Amino acid sequence: MNNPSKVTAPAPAPLYKKKEPVFNRRIDGPFRRFKWAVMILTLGVYYITPWLRWDRGPYAPDQAVLVDLANRRFYMFGIEIWPHEFYFVAGLLIMAGIGLFLVTSAVGRAWCGYACPQTVWTDVFQHVDRFFDGDRNARLKLYKAPWGPAKIARRLAKWSVYLLIAFATGGAWILYFADAPTLFREFWSFDAAPVAYATVFVLTMTTFVLGGFMREQVCIYMCPWPRIQTAMLDEKSLIVTYKDWRGEQRGSLKKAQKEPEKYGDCVDCNQCVAVCPTGYDIRNGPDIACITCGLCIDACDKVMKDIGRPRGLIDYATMEDCKAEAAGEAPRHWFKALTHPRTLIYTAIWSGIGLALLFALGTRSHTDLTVAQDRSPPYMLLSDGSVRNAYTVKLRNMESRPREMKITIEGLAGAMMWTDDMSRDNAQRELVREVPADETLPLRVYVLVPDGTQGQDFAFTVTSMDEQAETDTVETKFTGPGE
Amino acid sequence: MADNKRIDDATGVETVGHEWDGIEELNNPLPRWWLWSFYACILFSIAYMVAYPAWPLISKGTEGMLGWSSRGALAAEMKEEQAKRGEVVAALADMPIEQLQGNEEMMRAAIAGGRAAFKVNCVQCHGAGAAGSKGYPNLNDDDWLWGGDIKTIETTLQHGIRQPGDDATRVSMMPAFGRDGILTSAQIAQVTDHILSLSGKAKANAAGAALYEANCAVCHGAEGKGMREFGAPNLSDAIWLYGSDPAAIRSQIHAPQHGVMPSWQGRLDAVTIKMLAAYVHSLGGGEDFQEQPAADAAAAPAEEASNEQPQ
Repeated sequence: MNNPSKVTAPAPAPLYKKKEPVFNRRIDGPFRRFKWAVMILTLGVYYITPWLRWDRGPYAPDQAVLVDLANRRFYMFGIEIWPHEFYFVAGLLIMAGIGLFLVTSAVGRAWCGYACPQTVWTDVFQHVDRFFDGDRNARLKLYKAPWGPAKIARRLAKWSVYLLIAFATGGAWILYFADAPTLFREFWSFDAAPVAYATVFVLTMTTFVLGGFMREQVCIYMCPWPRIQTAMLDEKSLIVTYKDWRGEQRGSLKKAQKEPEKYGDCVDCNQCVAVCPTGYDIRNGPDIACITCGLCIDACDKVMKDIGRPRGLIDYATMEDCKAEAAGEAPRHWFKALTHPRTLIYTAIWSGIGLALLFALGTRSHTDLTVAQDRSPPYMLLSDGSVRNAYTVKLRNMESRPREMKITIEGLAGAMMWTDDMSRDNAQRELVREVPADETLPLRVYVLVPDGTQGQDFAFTVTSMDEQAETDTVETKFTGPGE
Repeated sequence: MADNKRIDDATGVETVGHEWDGIEELNNPLPRWWLWSFYACILFSIAYMVAYPAWPLISKGTEGMLGWSSRGALAAEMKEEQAKRGEVVAALADMPIEQLQGNEEMMRAAIAGGRAAFKVNCVQCHGAGAAGSKGYPNLNDDDWLWGGDIKTIETTLQHGIRQPGDDATRVSMMPAFGRDGILTSAQIAQVTDHILSLSGKAKANAAGAALYEANCAVCHGAEGKGMREFGAPNLSDAIWLYGSDPAAIRSQIHAPQHGVMPSWQGRLDAVTIKMLAAYVHSLGGGEDFQEQPAADAAAAPAEEASNEQPQ
């Protein structure tokens, strides 16, 4: 038996960690201004896009960007995507994915630092904090203060604004899925579909919680993207780096002035940590918590300027460049740093897919035909010995105006066809139907061949009877007896 | 395992002590809020088990306080669907079936309903594609024993064929010419030859023709075109319910088989029967409804002449 008093194992690490609140200080500088610009751009795009109009004629909605789930159409300015063309959307998603790879390999976690909705909304909420409770020290003080009427009032006011922002976020989302002005009106007169209210509620609550309270916890613990990025970053990727060979040994300005040969440039003022939106100390090296927003660069540059040292103690740099700089080599031109094989390959793939999509978009026909032959029964012997096959033929008119379309039998000598809404006596080798604007017209087509015709392949051809004269041909099969 | 734990140099965090091909895992603490969300999930699951059916017991499970069940949800959905269809069903119930033909919208609705009902009630004999098989008529073709307009199909559905106990059922009985000694085997062979000659499958047979005239023409017609009022099949076309080879025809003359179709009136409601008639009529062989033929004129004399024929 062991004597408990002799166990010398260290105390086990705690299983759970309390969230450390972040009170990031206000900072101004080039990266902060860039962050403002990206925030205005992304929020602007998000809120304005549903209100843009795009004239498509009387048969189609006039909203520039619209995901029309009910009618299964996706509109994006001059482009209209049907469900059977979903590969365009798949292509766009692939481009978005490879675009992220490209951005990551070129400029590291730029997405995380500037454009990610979580980052943008966290930034908005942190400005709300600053507006209500003041800058870092005031917020810290209020956080530590006991709960009293004043603190409760401040918190309630702040959280109400959180809720308003969250509601505006969720509220704008639904406008992409229906005519924005109509839905906006219906929403406030409580005539909108229940799913609209449910969506707004869910998105309001997720924005409220994730942007108002979870913030950097989302980046550090929830989001898969930082983990993928750690695998994608290499020594050629731009990251925010503390140049320890220049900063260490760190010490206060006083100490450094006393013994300049002993201390580096870092005066340990902690400003880089104070401005960080995730509360990370960049001097500990790269970490999932660093979203590379560059605010610490702004803060450090300011301090360096004040103490008369060159800027860039904390800076965007690749690990390769850091190594070279530490060894005293001249820095590479930024363009050279960006054009390494990986970024070039990603660029090539990305633009290749983009060009292919554009080409497909430019050459696609707005007339489409699908044919499905009846399988049960495969053929039908009629009393006069002739043989009939049945087909479900769909004529697709992808123009936003009604069009006459002609469907013809190619091959299959002697064959005649009719549809189930007409009499066999009027059977012909070609039929003309008007297909409504932006719709698919299903037809049940019977094809009849005289006695003695063998089963064989043939084709249906559809031709739009307008100046475009678009055609589409589908090969199918005629099944005869004994097959 | 525990002795493999060490403090990682770069992070200052203890490892969990496992190692796979040089890859180790840091023992970082979980965030506290994760623990709270875990507790919240446990609370939710308890509430869920109280509210919804959860625990399997011996004969049945716990029912949950909300009284929800998947059967109940299905019943509610079915009721909702039925309510949605109520308008169409009511309109169909009031509409004489021959008027369906001029009414595209109602016709489509009836066909859709009939397709569903067909799969439940009819496919057992007529097959999934309604193509029938030997002894069970094909409903896709243009050959009808009793008539192929929508009203006649409805009547056939209502009363069936040779259905005992239904006074209005369709009945026809072909004599067993061979078994009952009306014709000899040789005579049956001659008649068979004549019948096959009607559709060009054999050479003319004068003796057979005479026998046919005497015994068969009264029902099947002088030219073998059949007679629908007796359900007598057309013998001159390409469609044969019991087979077209000489042996099959001889056997049918010797001792005919007679199919039976149940009468559906009473088993299915009138609207479903109408829908089935519309569906069968839509399969490609449906005939246009004409003014009542003379034989049925007595049964339905004052036909409102509003049955416009499409095309």
